[in-house]
Amino acid sequence: MKLSFKRIWGIILRHLYLLKHSFSRWIDLLYWPTVDLLLWGFITIYLQKDFYPEGKWVFQFIGALIFWNILIRAQQGLAVGFLEDIWARNLLHLFVSPLTITEYLLGLFIFSLFKAFIASLLMAIIATFAFNFKIWLQGIDIFLMVFNLIFFAWSIGLLTMAFILFFGQEAEILAWALALFFLPFSAVFYPVDVLPKFFQYIAQFVPTSYIFETMRKVLLEGEVSYVLILKAYFLTIIYFFISVVIFILSFNFAKKTGKFTKIGE
Amino acid sequence: MKPILKVENVYKNFGSKIVLKNVSFELYPSDILGIIGPNGAGKSTLLYILLNIITPTSGKIFYFGKDFFKNRSEILKKVSFASQYVSLPYSLTVEENLKVFANLYEIKKADKKITELLDLFRLKDKKKVLTRALSSGEMMRLNLVRAFLNDPLILLLDEPTAGLDPEYVKYISELLKYLSKDKQLAIILTSHQLGELEKIINKALLIKNGITLAYGTLTELFKKFKVNSLEELYFKILT
Repeated sequence: MKLSFKRIWGIILRHLYLLKHSFSRWIDLLYWPTVDLLLWGFITIYLQKDFYPEGKWVFQFIGALIFWNILIRAQQGLAVGFLEDIWARNLLHLFVSPLTITEYLLGLFIFSLFKAFIASLLMAIIATFAFNFKIWLQGIDIFLMVFNLIFFAWSIGLLTMAFILFFGQEAEILAWALALFFLPFSAVFYPVDVLPKFFQYIAQFVPTSYIFETMRKVLLEGEVSYVLILKAYFLTIIYFFISVVIFILSFNFAKKTGKFTKIGE
Repeated sequence: MKPILKVENVYKNFGSKIVLKNVSFELYPSDILGIIGPNGAGKSTLLYILLNIITPTSGKIFYFGKDFFKNRSEILKKVSFASQYVSLPYSLTVEENLKVFANLYEIKKADKKITELLDLFRLKDKKKVLTRALSSGEMMRLNLVRAFLNDPLILLLDEPTAGLDPEYVKYISELLKYLSKDKQLAIILTSHQLGELEKIINKALLIKNGITLAYGTLTELFKKFKVNSLEELYFKILT
């Protein structure tokens, strides 16, 4: 059956309405990225000024923060969006309608993009005025890296949703925790070679480690390593495919065991 | 006349527990079928299987002559469901919730349809109210409005009058009966209010521990089991 854009829009609309009525969700979307950026931005300025005047720490840290926030917003936009339907006990209503699982996921993907866009736009504006860091002047390759982060974020989000369907609502903490598991191996704020050997070995299989290495090269040396970006895409495509398969298996498992009707109760 | 719903030997087990054992029945336009049984009989599981929310272990389901599991999305455009136990998101207004579902069912002229249905179910003044502010009775009526958005040919209702005031129980029962005749709407419903159920259903499926103990039109069943009411039938067969 053909995809229905109206049904995809229905899912986006449901989450836009929720955002419209919820002050706390706006706070979550705008407040934490602002605090993160200002706090780490000023700490970095202080360190650079008083201890390492030769370094280019500010841009490196701010760039890393913006990138990491894009990943977190896209991942949470997906996983928490799914949880919103569980908390509202709305999942059952959605899936007794003609909505297909592909349409539902596409709706959540687009909404998570919207959330990531809002948060990163805000951070980019603050970074411009507070730290004179203009992320959009770093070249078109920035977008190549951002798309990779978003795809990896969706892979983590899908995996979180699969765990929730399989293990029940007890697994909902993963919506906030799972992405953080990849943080040390992603080398967000430091190069991979400062990691212990075993962590470096793990980092080879984490696509974000290549993206953050590339980002540092762009910001510090003005060079782009397409080999690293290709490696990141290769791994991300594999992880995205595996996540989709695991999610579909969990979705069918929840329907087979009757968990789907109990989730959220 | 061909059945618009044909259920063939539906069997479901959760591990070693058998929940439904070879349930079969047919539904024709304007039929109102009551699924009757004690708690844990398998009534809700059967409804959820008919909506593809629970996958049956074996058996076949045909809606409008088409295999449900091969044509799920197309079929669900004309099948609806409402339950006392499933709510709509509380943080959205009544109108917003209905607009979301109007999109999911690809309803044309949704605003007009929503206004008409809110009027029919006496919720017109609640259009801009947050769903969390509704009483349980109003919530059930909102669920029914949502269920009628797509002009269903088959409506599945799980305890539709539970929690409603007697006035609304009567109103909803009469409305369902009217829509069934006027729009040729077929309805499957579960309810523990046997008196109300008897006034509107023309067919009954009595199940206990997932096993069909009786199925047929009310007239046939009353004659076969020599009883005069649904309550008598219930106590004769199910207790």
